Amino acid sequence: MIEVNRQGEVWVFAEAEDGKLSDVPLELMSKGKSLAEKLSVPLAAVLPGKGVRPLADKLVAHGADKVYLVEDDKLSHYQTSGYAKVVCGLISEHKPQVVMYGATPIGRDLAPSVASAMKCGLTADCTDLQIGDHTEPVSKTEHKNLLFQIRPAFGGNIIATIVNYDRWPQMATVREGVMPMTEPDESRKGEIIDCTAKLDGLTLPLEIIESHRREKAVNLKAARIIVAGGAGVGSRENFKLIWDLAGCLGAEVGGSRAAVDLGYVNSDHQVGQTGTTVRPALYIACGISGAVQHRAGMAESAKIIAINTDADAPIFGVAHYGIVGDLNEVLPKMIKAVRTGAKG
Amino acid sequence: MGYNCVVCVKQVPDTKRITGEAMTEEGTVNRAALPAVFNPEDLYALEQALAVRDAHGGTVTLLTMGLPAASEVLRDGLYRGADRAILVTDRRAAASDTLATSYILSCAVKKLDPDIVFCGRQAIDGDTAQVGPQLAEKLDMTQITYLEELISLEDKTIRIRRNVGNGYEVVQAELPVLVTVMETANEPRPPAAKKMMKFKKAFSPAEVAGKAEHLLEGDYENYTAELKAAEVDKYCGKLQGKGLLIEQWNLDDIEADLTWCGMKGSPTKVHKIQSVVLTGGQHKQIEPTDEGVATLVAELIEEHTIG
Ligand SMILES: Cc1cc2nc3c(=O)[nH]c(=O)nc-3n(C[C@H](O)[C@H](O)[C@H](O)COP(=O)(O)OP(=O)(O)OC[C@H]3O[C@@H](n4cnc5c(N)ncnc54)[C@H](O)[C@@H]3O)c2cc1C
Repeated sequence: MIEVNRQGEVWVFAEAEDGKLSDVPLELMSKGKSLAEKLSVPLAAVLPGKGVRPLADKLVAHGADKVYLVEDDKLSHYQTSGYAKVVCGLISEHKPQVVMYGATPIGRDLAPSVASAMKCGLTADCTDLQIGDHTEPVSKTEHKNLLFQIRPAFGGNIIATIVNYDRWPQMATVREGVMPMTEPDESRKGEIIDCTAKLDGLTLPLEIIESHRREKAVNLKAARIIVAGGAGVGSRENFKLIWDLAGCLGAEVGGSRAAVDLGYVNSDHQVGQTGTTVRPALYIACGISGAVQHRAGMAESAKIIAINTDADAPIFGVAHYGIVGDLNEVLPKMIKAVRTGAKG
Repeated sequence: MGYNCVVCVKQVPDTKRITGEAMTEEGTVNRAALPAVFNPEDLYALEQALAVRDAHGGTVTLLTMGLPAASEVLRDGLYRGADRAILVTDRRAAASDTLATSYILSCAVKKLDPDIVFCGRQAIDGDTAQVGPQLAEKLDMTQITYLEELISLEDKTIRIRRNVGNGYEVVQAELPVLVTVMETANEPRPPAAKKMMKFKKAFSPAEVAGKAEHLLEGDYENYTAELKAAEVDKYCGKLQGKGLLIEQWNLDDIEADLTWCGMKGSPTKVHKIQSVVLTGGQHKQIEPTDEGVATLVAELIEEHTIG
């Protein structure tokens, strides 16, 4: 743990794989920038890896004032121990006040290990971060400008705001897709700081025998329009209706977990808590009841149309337009209207 | 050779069945109104440990930290085939966050000196997935998250396929290791009828004390505190003789440093809790007719949402 350090920087762990930055650190840069501005401190990215130097400029373009670059052979492939050691070393040396990680499989593997070693707090899967003041309930001691770590808990039934006022840094993992990524500014200037990994004595405990990663078949996060189907679509064959509407709208296809579990659509298309979080201009939910885990991934869409036979389905609670009806009748009508509308 | 396996399990409120009644007026969750269940993902951790024991020999020890009522998940684990069950319970552990919890568990695990520690990937009440990795760090054990398949275990070498979200990785490490197990790893075996018959009479000392009037004979109500304690001890001794005692440890038993336990040991504090309110009924109702749908589509084209 480090002492409370009001001059401490705001940090983002820059997760990279196969020489490519993941989306989350870039999403976190825009959030990090606004937090750092509020606190009047620099925003920095921590970039461990092997051959990752070219990525530093991209982090600067996305808002980093500094990049702590740590190049080492032992960091060529992610492993908890080496990465945790590097991050802990940098935290002890530079004493940041905030450290953010993507709530990705890597971020959720690394951040708790760092938190344990540093004996500091960590809040998982945040959906928002803000700066605010906290008063201790008993002693009435006030703590100004803390990181409010906001996250759903209890299966999404409550939203908790967590703070950490004595054992710093304040750390959080943040769900992918919930913070909008801003456009990079290639003209931005930042400082790139070469750091040594100090891993000489460390034998990596894992031997990586095989590694298979693939790009997702669909990029839902970038979609402007998403047509999503749920269990109510009824069959994989009938899911063609969803594909057809998406086709004529130039949209991507999404699905609820039930639709994925039933085999109607591939899991890459899943929207929600355990799928992708999306915020398109338009989300059309067809035969989706709107369970809290599904809403968690799409409620921030600019416009939501819900089509459901059940007028009481919770999906209508987040919808802007509600159509109570059978999707088998409504979707063909919609496809027709789009086709004629687009022509005229 | 056999392996000494420890499985960390948690009793959780069944968050899948949260209804309005389970929320208090202040918007907090009334845990008491929810059924308490075996954390679903921990069942996969238990199954993985049982599979290791069945294939290679050794023992499976269940470990939980919680209220005396958490003995219920230990019994459930015994029904499914665990060899030993330990409840860590102590008032001073209340309000522990993940860091304090992992510290307390680490003190208990150290006493057991396992070859492999199995944890569920995450619990359904907090969904943090933090305790496993934090426990690994505290024990200085090799951490392998997201186990999807235990490929092989030979002598001191374990080979595992782990799910890394956008694919998988096969890794090899030397024991001891801590693994967190995914729900795709296996199909948990159900409780066995015979074991249920036997272990439904297994209790922890805290439970014996709590249910003393039912379990013990005599005019228990009028006993002095000392006499009560002695009776409870005696009964627990009998349970132990029959292999029916759920072992119970407090923070002193596991030599935990109180600085790192409970509220004091927890750096994260709750600032505010809000219940999720659905903003219902604010949407525009569209008729499921040709005309209704066409008007909606025209509106969306007009404002350039589509087209
Ligand atoms: C830990 C956890 C994580 C989860 N993560 C996710 C996640 O990431 N994403 C996700 O989506 N779910 C997730 N779930 C599952 C979630 O709780 C729901 O079970 C799931 O979203 C339900 O999918 P559905 O709405 O398609 O199915 P259902 O709830 O079965 O709803 C089907 C709907 O279709 C309607 N319908 C039926 N026929 C028609 C018709 N002809 N025309 C129009 N409407 C019709 C019905 O009225 C109903 O509302 C998660 C659950 C858990 C416990």
